[in-house]
Amino acid sequence: MPGASSQPSGKELRITPIRNGTVIDHIPSGLALEVLKVLKVENLDRDSEVSVALHVRSQRMGWKDIVKVENMELSPQKSNAIALIAPTATISIIRDYKVREKHPVSLPDRLVGVLKCPNPNCITNHGEPVESEFEVVRRRPLAVRCAYCERSMEEFLPHLAR
Amino acid sequence: MSLKGRDVISIRDLSRSEILEVLNAARHLIPVAEGKKRLETLDGRLLALAFFEPSTRTRLSFETAMQRMGGKVITIADPTVSSVAKGETLSDTVRMLSCYADALVLRHPYEGASRLAAQLSDKPVVNAGDGAGQHPTQTLLDLATMLERFGTLSGLRVVLMGDLRYGRTVHSLAHALGVFGAELVLASPPSLRLPEEVHRDLDQMGAKVREEEHLDRAVKDADVLYVTRIQKERFGDLAEYARVSASYRFDPALLQKVKSTFIVMHPLPRVAEIPPEVDRTPHAAYFRQAFLAVPVRMALLSLILEGRTGARG
Ligand SMILES: Nc1ncnc2c1ncn2[C@@H]1O[C@H](COP(=O)(O)OP(=O)(O)OP(=O)(O)O)[C@@H](O)[C@H]1O
Ligand SMILES: [Mg+2]
Ligand SMILES: [Zn+2]
Repeated sequence: MPGASSQPSGKELRITPIRNGTVIDHIPSGLALEVLKVLKVENLDRDSEVSVALHVRSQRMGWKDIVKVENMELSPQKSNAIALIAPTATISIIRDYKVREKHPVSLPDRLVGVLKCPNPNCITNHGEPVESEFEVVRRRPLAVRCAYCERSMEEFLPHLAR
Repeated sequence: MSLKGRDVISIRDLSRSEILEVLNAARHLIPVAEGKKRLETLDGRLLALAFFEPSTRTRLSFETAMQRMGGKVITIADPTVSSVAKGETLSDTVRMLSCYADALVLRHPYEGASRLAAQLSDKPVVNAGDGAGQHPTQTLLDLATMLERFGTLSGLRVVLMGDLRYGRTVHSLAHALGVFGAELVLASPPSLRLPEEVHRDLDQMGAKVREEEHLDRAVKDADVLYVTRIQKERFGDLAEYARVSASYRFDPALLQKVKSTFIVMHPLPRVAEIPPEVDRTPHAAYFRQAFLAVPVRMALLSLILEGRTGARG
């Protein structure tokens, strides 16, 4: 049906379509605002539109959030941070109103500069010129370990490097 | 893979066969450590000891080890009078020391300091304790003590007693014992149990682990009792500290019930965990353990710096 592709996901496009930008879909319901913090949308150029859909019905996950940001491409760091807090998210790159690329977020085995080590005694928290580094030690449920102090953690939201 | 040029930051950095290589080399270096034989394997080598936290014992054993092997040392022993007091970062200090010396030994109050140092230094770095973090040479000498007594590590029943929660050296030891197929019995107050993450690590390698709150039951068929200090800082309530530490004191009467080959170990310094009566029994292994620190560090330093010890065997 040719008409279907000209109006992508009609049900979800209650907000104005964007010409170029990034859509982060399938965010666990309630976490869109955290995703916005990761994106640092406050630093975007002033002509970019940011729209957020909260608590939207989803076939796959029951309820979900969606974030759409005009004129922005995700850095690997931000994409990793989203993978940590919203592991179900999918990222679509929109160019000229069309979905050019779509992929689920994925977590590499090492996370550099994404988290701040929660251990107050970790050397990375003491003014040394060094980026935090964590290795994934288990995927399901996710657990990571600081490459410096070797402390493990399984909760990420409070520890994102902002 | 040879140990030459390697950093030793955590016991996990060494494979099972590398650990055995160090322990075996250490055994052959005992006469040198006792001063009965001379070796100059590390002649012309310079070791930098950077101790940002006081630890006379560990520092002296590294100095002794280096000098017994014919090498020399330079030392930062008092950070309050060095550049650190002027606010220099550890990173800069390490870069400087790694241009001066052939290897670095670091003791630091912050966890992960040695890992950072190893990234910045082009010379090998040995972690001599970072905060509550790793202390791999302590684990090596603990293993050396058990191996010397029993000739094997696999199948040994080792009771770990005291503070199993915060004492990270005990975590490294538990890991290594798991790797070698020893059986672990954990005897700690409920508030100082081994952390979940260490349990998981042990489960993953299929280690045999059981908890036993009562020491008399724990030591009954044990080969080794490894005693750790229970630190006052871990308790908000001093009365609670007094109660717990009193109940985790080794009672010499328990020696009536143990195997004849049973040994008691302790990383030292001890406070009241082991009463002096135990010292005179054949079960006391902690002074031997303290001595073995020297040949173990001799072995490690020469394998890292030269890839060989120069001792026969
Ligand atoms: N031009 C556009 N402007 C804004 N959002 C868009 C645009 N085109 C697509 N999207 C959004 O991008 C996401 C991916 O689009 P797609 O058409 O692949 O969605 P879908 O068919 O719902 O697929 P999925 O299985 O990922 O849910 C959806 O959330 C969709 O609403
Ligand atoms: Mg959809
Ligand atoms: Zn850390």
